[in-house]
Amino acid sequence: MMDLTQYIVAAPEMTLLGLICIVLVADLFIEQERRIITFWMALASLGATLCILLATSPDGRTEVFSGSYVSDGLSQVLKISVTGFVAVAFMYARDYLRANDLHKGEFYTLGLFGLLGMMIMISANSLLTMYLGLETLALSQYALVAFDRNNENSAESAMKYFVLGAIASGALLYGISWVYGVTGSIQFNEIAAALIDDPAMNSLPLWFGIAFIVVGIAFKFGAVPFHMWLPDVYHGARSPVTLYVASAPKIAAFALTIRILVDALGDLHDVWSGMIMVIAVLSLLLGNIVAIAQTNIKRMLAYSTIAHVGFILLAIYTGTEEGYAAGMFYTLTYVVAAAGAFGMVILLSRRGFEAESLRDFKGLNARSPWFALMMMFLMMSMAGIPPFIGFFGKLNAISAVLGSGYTGLAILMMLASVPGLYYYLKVIWYMYFEEPEDLAVLQANTDTRLVMSLNGVAVLALGIVPGWLWALCLAVLGG
Amino acid sequence: MVDNLLSVLIWLPIAGGVVLLAMGDGNDAASARANAMRWTALAVSVLTFVLSIGLYTGFDTTTAAMQFVERAPWIDAIDVWYYLGVDGFSAPLILLTTFITPLVVIAGWDVIKTRPAQYFAAFLILEGLMNGVFSALDGLLFYVFWEAMLVPMFLIIGVWGGERRVYATLKFFLYTFLGSVLMLVAFIYLYRLTGSFDMGRWMEVPVSLTAQKMIFIAFLLAFAIKVPMWPVHTWLPDAHVEAPTGGSVILAAILLKMGGYGFVRFSLPMVPDGSRYFAGMMIALSLIAVVYIGFVALMQKDMKKLIAYSSIAHMGFVTLGFFIVWHMFGESGAVLGVSGGMVQMVSHGLISGAMFLCVGVLYDRVHSRQISDYGGVANTMPVFAAFMVLFAMANAGLPGTSGFVGEFMVIIASFKANPWFAFFAAMTLVLGAAYTLWMIKRVVYGEVANDHVATLEDVNRREFIVLGILAFAVLLVGLWPAPLIDMMEVTIQHLVEQAGQTKY
Repeated sequence: MMDLTQYIVAAPEMTLLGLICIVLVADLFIEQERRIITFWMALASLGATLCILLATSPDGRTEVFSGSYVSDGLSQVLKISVTGFVAVAFMYARDYLRANDLHKGEFYTLGLFGLLGMMIMISANSLLTMYLGLETLALSQYALVAFDRNNENSAESAMKYFVLGAIASGALLYGISWVYGVTGSIQFNEIAAALIDDPAMNSLPLWFGIAFIVVGIAFKFGAVPFHMWLPDVYHGARSPVTLYVASAPKIAAFALTIRILVDALGDLHDVWSGMIMVIAVLSLLLGNIVAIAQTNIKRMLAYSTIAHVGFILLAIYTGTEEGYAAGMFYTLTYVVAAAGAFGMVILLSRRGFEAESLRDFKGLNARSPWFALMMMFLMMSMAGIPPFIGFFGKLNAISAVLGSGYTGLAILMMLASVPGLYYYLKVIWYMYFEEPEDLAVLQANTDTRLVMSLNGVAVLALGIVPGWLWALCLAVLGG
Repeated sequence: MVDNLLSVLIWLPIAGGVVLLAMGDGNDAASARANAMRWTALAVSVLTFVLSIGLYTGFDTTTAAMQFVERAPWIDAIDVWYYLGVDGFSAPLILLTTFITPLVVIAGWDVIKTRPAQYFAAFLILEGLMNGVFSALDGLLFYVFWEAMLVPMFLIIGVWGGERRVYATLKFFLYTFLGSVLMLVAFIYLYRLTGSFDMGRWMEVPVSLTAQKMIFIAFLLAFAIKVPMWPVHTWLPDAHVEAPTGGSVILAAILLKMGGYGFVRFSLPMVPDGSRYFAGMMIALSLIAVVYIGFVALMQKDMKKLIAYSSIAHMGFVTLGFFIVWHMFGESGAVLGVSGGMVQMVSHGLISGAMFLCVGVLYDRVHSRQISDYGGVANTMPVFAAFMVLFAMANAGLPGTSGFVGEFMVIIASFKANPWFAFFAAMTLVLGAAYTLWMIKRVVYGEVANDHVATLEDVNRREFIVLGILAFAVLLVGLWPAPLIDMMEVTIQHLVEQAGQTKY
């Protein structure tokens, strides 16, 4: 007799899946002029998912479906975050898509499918569940990037993303098979237990598998040297898609890392930490330095993402609970700022005009002091200037690294943020010190403006009261 | 009110700045709306100053303990407190800040044509943040104010500055940020050591000698760049030259003081052994600043640059006064040196601010900062010339002005420490007089040099008020420095004790 209560644990995902199917079918019967209904249905689906998530708050750790699915504090917080960020991405996207004749139901359904994939990744407790979620997310993203199919840039970047993504998935799967071959299990806690029982497993074949898994993780995060896709995809995709790709999936990538490297392979910290460190330091340096040379803001933000990933991975590298919590804090707060920054690109764009060059930000203060201020908040947050939330992300990450005794790394992290500051200041320079070249009035609708304002204020507000979020991260990763 | 006076001094100007930002700029700088904004900015800054007088009247000069303390939890998870308080070091500097800001607002009154609301808002927010830097007793809170302060200054130079403003302001921001990132690492190190960001505990906790040296270097980078000390001073002439007058005044009068404040608040009491280890180097750097930068100032053709270099030379006295402590530990000279440095900070704040305002007055009329574009200004602007000569004399250290007191105290103290220190330090009396008076000769005296100068109008009422108030303050501190020194005396004795201890 099957235990039906275990379905409660997966209720949010099942609800979401059901709602996606409804949206998918309903969208076929909605005329183009009334496509807005799809938007509202998608948002309603997200709302319903969120309600179910809150209603099924886990009490401690529950493993279901023969141990391949897990629900705990971490999954709860991360799922709520990704649902929220997908909603934000949709809200930013609506006006832009309508203005560019791209308002199609597929955007929302693909976005929702991606969310489903992310939620599965976050709750995965076995290598195969993880892979399943990852592919659901990845396939949705490939399609989303190619969403504007008449646009050559989009098509090209989707192709690159697909080919490279497929290789990375292959690497991950290959790594998974080696880990399974050595430990005889695909379930994370069983792998961990098997490694404790038989220390002899900790040998070359397992390391070989772990190396491939690290490659897969690095690819999903966009860490050097597996970062090549990131600038092209960010650049080639339409801005709302870039926003989507740059926000919630980073949180899912964090879950992927924690679930596999910590839940399953936590005792092998010595094995994987070296690889993570090299990747992280390279990302930090390359991202910050190459971003300086960019003239396209989407590419610049892409390289800045690479640098931020370096921070996240270095926090994870410490192998302490505090470090994992710092990584989570950093990921969540970075995504808030990233969503806002791409939101600003959307806000400045209008029909047939993509505000993706840094020059398009010239004189924004003269055109709209309020949004210039918001963009300044976002840039300062990314640069790690207090009192914005990005500073506390850096603080916690460096504190964790220093606490584990890596003084040199902590100094490197700080020094690397100095060139980083330069390109964020460049945006402020263009907004405040230059006269506008483009005198057009901002065309975005009220709701885009509202989301943008809330997003900008959020990085300041979170920076003034960062304590609760940090306490939350510590609590859910405190074992 | 007295219970949370410091909070008021921090948040009142910031709130005023936010109100100005919310009101926004009209299209016309002469409109009634723009006028209302100027008056709002003035009202807020004057009110802040009036309230800050309570800091002086309520100050207990018999204790080295923190006063006007406010303490509330901020981030429980990492034990960060909203912890404010002042002692004899910070109280005078807060008073200086609240005193200078209204003058800057008046000085920018009708000079700033573009976006006046944002201009005044930036200064008010900056004022609040600077008061926060001086009153924070929690390391992280200090760092937050310290870094946040860079943003309004970055905008002030970049938006309202001169031709090369973008270069200057980026250099300013990146330079100071580079300095302070390592300070943050040192803060986190101390936090991990003590489990708290409480600066009082950082002063007590034993730290190994190696760690003390490293921490000292991290602090040194942050504070030396801010002071600025030779050889990390190169951002200052650029920033000063390109900044609008108000920006130069705040930069010289207050921002530079934060470096000096950092040394007495952090380096000396928290890592006394590290400071002692590097004291010789610090004295050497200070003397190089005094002598070498003095010569550099002599060669300047741009008035603002000249005053900027003279600032660096004068700030050399401050660091000299602080770091000769170990050469005469246990003697009264130690206290004298530190007091001299502190008086010099306050006095330099007044004098350099006044000098930049004088240059601003000329610049607003002729739109040139080149010394060679002037000559015989005294003929057309007699009142202005009187002010400028007074401030120049003060800058050169004439007895009776505030410039004399601090320099004299430091020179006497350094004579006790080592006559050679005094010899080099005293060269400033020659060099300072040379570069300042030579500039005065070329700009103020002589025949009327050109048509521009011939048509100059003397200072208007607004400028007269600003310069008059500063002249009064310069003479007051020069003739009667006792209240200022009394305020700091006990705190400095306490610091000298802290600096003399061994804590590893």
